[in-house]
Amino acid sequence: MNETLKAENPVLPYLRQDRLPHIWCPGCGIGSTVNCFARALTESKLDLDKVAIVSGIGCTGRVAGYMNLDSFHTTHGRAIPFATGLKLGNPNLKVVVYSGDGDLFAIGGNHFVHAARRNMDLTVICVNNSTYGMTGGQVAPTTPLGATQTTMPYGNFEPPFNLPFLAEACGAVFVARWTVFHVRQLIRTMKEGLAKRGFVFIEVLAPCPTLYSRRNKLGDGVDQVKYYKERSAVKDGADTREVGLSFQGDIAVGKFVDRDRPTWLDAMNRHYSSVLHDYHEVGHAED
Amino acid sequence: MAENAPAVKGKGTVFVRLEVCKGCSYCIDFCPTKCLAFSKEFNAKGYHYPVLAKPEGCVGCDLCGLYCPDFAIFGVRLKDLEKAPRK
Ligand SMILES: Cc1ncc(C[n+]2csc(CCOP(=O)(O)OP(=O)(O)O)c2C)c(N)n1
Ligand code: SF4
Ligand code: SF4
Ligand code: SF4
Repeated sequence: MNETLKAENPVLPYLRQDRLPHIWCPGCGIGSTVNCFARALTESKLDLDKVAIVSGIGCTGRVAGYMNLDSFHTTHGRAIPFATGLKLGNPNLKVVVYSGDGDLFAIGGNHFVHAARRNMDLTVICVNNSTYGMTGGQVAPTTPLGATQTTMPYGNFEPPFNLPFLAEACGAVFVARWTVFHVRQLIRTMKEGLAKRGFVFIEVLAPCPTLYSRRNKLGDGVDQVKYYKERSAVKDGADTREVGLSFQGDIAVGKFVDRDRPTWLDAMNRHYSSVLHDYHEVGHAED
Repeated sequence: MAENAPAVKGKGTVFVRLEVCKGCSYCIDFCPTKCLAFSKEFNAKGYHYPVLAKPEGCVGCDLCGLYCPDFAIFGVRLKDLEKAPRK
């Protein structure tokens, strides 16, 4: 032991340390995404008093409660509507939604679709572990065909969503995907997403060793991250129709969509300025 | 909660909060210089934790810190550490 050199983990100031250790299983990938998010916040130089984080229910849904930011842990599937209210009630906030694939795309799918359509100014980070982790590994709208789940004991026969395609088709202005292997790229993309105005969608593939890997005989969390390393290929600007995922198959990663269109607030301001006489515009955080 | 660095021989070193490590091996497998290895000892929860097996190999890149899902390890470059105020 070298007694003279001391330092503190740079992620800890971003966490509510009284709530640690966290509940996540050994080798669960959610914590790695949190490291990247903390780093992206540092690099973004955002005023942390003006950043709010909202999660739904699930293992990923715990993230909001662990972050040392203004945070809210909503009911299952309702992170986006809560975040929408928060943003419109105080447009000066940068509002981040951080939740699981089941929360955002099963029970919360309808909210996702409409927030993207409206181009609501939200940064949505989805940790996709292909399953419902918290409740015991039921089939999710993201479970690849053929994967075994508690509710699909003979393998999944439901076609999953291709999340980047769904996000683009609904109107998201920024769509990207990385995996837990791509920590540096994920930091860069989170930083870029935080700076972007409008509906931003970042999908992060992460292992759920306890309920997905084990049930499918895929080894531990680290084995799934090795699979991400081996089978991922960077395809910036790829046609999102072609980035769907298959069971342990190839993974397209990168930034697929980066475009601009008026946010919901922009559209409202423009419209009311033209039809109402003494209308005062409502600003954005970036303005 | 400042942690002590184990050994310093290369350009960098790591700090490990061994009691919160869950032995997932992310840091060991994805360290670019392969300078970490599992301890022989167990922590209080029964997990083997990483030790700097080849201290001369650590470059302080902090990839281990970015991967660790339990916030149990991080790496620093010595030149950054010397600049930082002592805690
Ligand atoms: C209204 C309601 N229905 C169902 C549940 C049970 N439930 C809790 S978390 C969850 C799914 C979580 O899956 P996901 O969002 O993928 O998160 P993960 O745990 O995998 O991170 C379900 C169905 C609930 N809490 N509330
Ligand atoms: S059940 Fe799965 S998603 Fe939930 S903490 Fe454990 S490994 Fe992570
Ligand atoms: S700081 Fe970099 S080189 Fe050192 S142990 Fe961590 S990953 Fe390996
Ligand atoms: S990545 Fe973290 S939890 Fe996993 S073995 Fe290394 S120090 Fe332990």
